[in-house]
Amino acid sequence: MAGDKPKLKLAVYWAAACGGCCVSVLDVHEKLFDVVSAADLVFWPIALDTKYEDVENMPDKYIDLTLFNGAVRNSENEHMARLLRKKSKTLVAYGSCAHMGGIPGLANFSTREEILRRVFEETESVVNTDKIRPVPEYTAKEGVLEIPEFYNDVRSLSLVVDVDYYIPGCPPQTERLLEVFTAIVTGAELPPKGSVVGADNKTQCEECTRKKSENKKIKKFYRPWEIKDDGETCFLEQGVICMGPATRAGCGHRCIKGNAPCRGCYGPPSGAIDPGAKMMSAIAGIIDEKEPEEISRVIEDIADPGGYFYRFSLPVSLIRRKVQ
Amino acid sequence: MDGLEFKPRIVAFLCNWCSYTGADLAGTSRIEYKANVRAIRLMCSGRIEPTLVLKAFSKGADGVLLCGCHPGDCHYQEGNYRCLRRYLLLQKYIKQIGIEPERLKLEWISASEGKQFADLVNSFTETIIELGPSKTKQTITVFK
Ligand code: FES
Repeated sequence: MAGDKPKLKLAVYWAAACGGCCVSVLDVHEKLFDVVSAADLVFWPIALDTKYEDVENMPDKYIDLTLFNGAVRNSENEHMARLLRKKSKTLVAYGSCAHMGGIPGLANFSTREEILRRVFEETESVVNTDKIRPVPEYTAKEGVLEIPEFYNDVRSLSLVVDVDYYIPGCPPQTERLLEVFTAIVTGAELPPKGSVVGADNKTQCEECTRKKSENKKIKKFYRPWEIKDDGETCFLEQGVICMGPATRAGCGHRCIKGNAPCRGCYGPPSGAIDPGAKMMSAIAGIIDEKEPEEISRVIEDIADPGGYFYRFSLPVSLIRRKVQ
Repeated sequence: MDGLEFKPRIVAFLCNWCSYTGADLAGTSRIEYKANVRAIRLMCSGRIEPTLVLKAFSKGADGVLLCGCHPGDCHYQEGNYRCLRRYLLLQKYIKQIGIEPERLKLEWISASEGKQFADLVNSFTETIIELGPSKTKQTITVFK
């Protein structure tokens, strides 16, 4: 390939992320050689020693493709999101956090004040009698010290800047990333801007291989450890909450194949705007009770509906943070 | 409210066969009731997707009212039970996300219960006035 075509300039960045997305890129294993023969990695903090300043010095639209993973939770994340948008031709929200806010997005059930108080004052292992809190700016003898400002809100990438494509997953399936990457390198026709790529349009349930009957009737929900999964019947039919009905397929059912219910990291299928609402609708459809007291008893077992149904998607859901 | 009267915005989802007809009866019987309700007619209360309720709150509704046929009377047999289960789940969720559960109410209204519908609208409007304006829309539009 060398010689015929200029190499693609590729960047990978992590904002409020766990690092798993970057590792999923490394998981291309020996295919990495194909990647580097087609692309120059110009910025990738987990693997290369390039600095923010180097990115700032790049001309606008210098980078062909940026895989941005992680949510936007503080001012540093926001700065990098804006900077990389400016420097990139194509910006991809890579992974659940950039796509929908992800696990860090669950912090939207709390306020900044609640989080800082808990972490710096109330945590059992913390002794902080002076109630010292981090401040974005501090003047020391040696000069002014700065740390990023911690926001009240966690946002997905598209709530901050314009996003070209979304690759969902926590983390995305490496094979699916390679598909997308190959499509870009070979100049294949790309889907319209704003599309979710590297995933399917159907729900998990439509592709799931577990045995399903049409008649789901549940009188009690169980946590996965409370029952003995038979390994082949639909989780919901066994009373275990599985996010399948409200989740986009395309991950290869890795969780379900590992006998764990779907957690919803691929986000809602196309057409559904709020995964949690879709899930509440599905759950309400299978509870086999008619009296309010009985229904409430069944629902009681769902200890944390918000956290469960919006585990990866709270910041992009209809009520995207705790009302205050 | 600084001298300004708070006029709650209430969205009511009514099923076609009982509740909407009941609301209609209140009208044709010339029963006066508070004008804060925006009625949305659906074929059945079983059509009230949680998405619709959350969307109403996100767009600035101060209260949401769900009405269907009495248990056993749904014209599609089970739609109102489905509505009841969704309602109870939604109650649990909105409490978690910081919306007062009193802002969401479910009542069964039959086609002959015009008076009951008017009373329901009046009492629900009172409840919402006591709670004050919903902060949902404002909270979710502010970023920082
Ligand atoms: S038709 Fe009225 S609730 Fe179903």
